[in-house]
Amino acid sequence: MAKNHVTTTINGEPVEFLCETHETMLDVLRNDLGLTGSKEGCGSGDCGACSVMVDGRLACACLMLGAEAEGRSIETIEGMAAGEELHPLQKNFVKEAALQCGICTPGVLVAAKALLERNPDPTETEVRYWLAGNLCRCTGYDKIIRAVMDTAAEMRAN
Amino acid sequence: MRYVAPSTLEEASAFLVDANGNGRVLAGGTDLLVQLRAGMANPDTIVDVKHIDELMTIKEEADGIRIGAAVCGQAMGEHAGLNNTWPGLVEATELIGSTQVQGRASAGGNLCNASPAADSVPAMIAAGAMISVYGPDGHRELAVENFATAPGKTNLKEGELITSIKLPKPAEHSGDAYLRMTPRTEMDIAIVGLGVALTLDSEGTVTAARVGLGAVAPTAMLVKEAGDALVGSKLDDEALERAAEACRKACNPINDKRGTIEYRTKIAGVLLKRVAKIAAERAGS
Ligand SMILES: Cc1cc2nc3c(=O)[nH]c(=O)nc-3n(C[C@H](O)[C@H](O)[C@H](O)COP(=O)(O)OP(=O)(O)OC[C@H]3O[C@@H](n4cnc5c(N)ncnc54)[C@H](O)[C@@H]3O)c2cc1C
Ligand code: FES
Ligand code: FES
Repeated sequence: MAKNHVTTTINGEPVEFLCETHETMLDVLRNDLGLTGSKEGCGSGDCGACSVMVDGRLACACLMLGAEAEGRSIETIEGMAAGEELHPLQKNFVKEAALQCGICTPGVLVAAKALLERNPDPTETEVRYWLAGNLCRCTGYDKIIRAVMDTAAEMRAN
Repeated sequence: MRYVAPSTLEEASAFLVDANGNGRVLAGGTDLLVQLRAGMANPDTIVDVKHIDELMTIKEEADGIRIGAAVCGQAMGEHAGLNNTWPGLVEATELIGSTQVQGRASAGGNLCNASPAADSVPAMIAAGAMISVYGPDGHRELAVENFATAPGKTNLKEGELITSIKLPKPAEHSGDAYLRMTPRTEMDIAIVGLGVALTLDSEGTVTAARVGLGAVAPTAMLVKEAGDALVGSKLDDEALERAAEACRKACNPINDKRGTIEYRTKIAGVLLKRVAKIAAERAGS
């Protein structure tokens, strides 16, 4: 069976790849494109470790076919920092130790950035609901939520 | 397995017909990808319908709102007209999964997956929504309550797909609401889901009511007796209890660790009362 030839945009750069139909976007990112920031925690949409943006909407890369990327714009954790300059969320996650093993972190960051772009002044409840699909086995969530709230406040002030 | 992404209904249907029973429509993929990965589905052809304009738009029409079958839950939540007229349906749709799932999951997929616990379905039944189907024999329409025939089974024929879901324009002083009961507050499946849509007159008496009930029988259903019990009342305790009893009677649930038969049945009555009151509040304001 012929592979799918896909032309897409990833983190603002034009990208072409070949994939089998059964390969997910997450498989393509990690195995074919070397973008291993997005993690596979569950492969069933439950953990959010594979979170990416697809045409401006948050999605699980494990629940999307690579072939579906044709003509779309995908943003991953690798596109979050501007070169060496970390995104304010990334800085605060480091500063406030909002991660331990780090498996959930790329997905949490992508999801949190999407929230702050829609809602620069979320309540703690809104942050918790927005991130309910990002599971973390280590931190107990409090530090994650605090880092997101602090970043929101900081970004509003600047 | 091949992937196709047609831009017209005719092509999409033709791909499904060609696949001879081994074709699957792909909308948001939040059910289909899970099934593919678990080896529960192994189609020859995957027909991605997200390039067909009609399936991707929400349109306000003279007599209601038409939602493209593949429009994602988040886009429904962003639509002002839909929020104003059918807030209960929007709430029900937004309960589907996490933010990540919301960015992809569609009402059409929720219908076609035909889970008894699908959250948007009781709300659509309460709203009196109609499903538009396209296939080899052209277009046809059917009511949401007549669509699922058993868990995972629908009345779609080979080569058919849902194109849109039409919500009627509500009469003045109408409101709808949906609540579900889940063992956890987020990322869980309903053990009961219940939607009510009703209309009041200027005195606050109910003139029309529909009740949709999910997760307590092989398919979500219209509980006509429950709606009828509310009509003519001002939602006094007696009318609410009669409607609750009709909901309990309609239950034929499974028994599992997430909810026993007794518990699911009891909760169906409890939710009826709560949801009817929220719908009436909305109708009155
Ligand atoms: C983590 C997670 C949590 C979830 N939580 C919930 C929940 O709380 N409540 C709930 O109800 N569901 C839940 N779901 C299930 C799922 O998200 C919903 O059923 C969703 O609405 C499916 O829509 P989709 O567009 O992703 O469907 P898809 O996966 O694309 O399709 C589902 C099925 O319908 C068929 N299909 C899709 N569109 C059409 C069409 N237009 N015509 C004909 N056939 C079609 C497909 O072939 C497939 O069989 C959850 C799923 C995940 C992964
Ligand atoms: S790996 Fe995609 S949600 Fe867990
Ligand atoms: S830091 Fe380990 S899963 Fe979140």
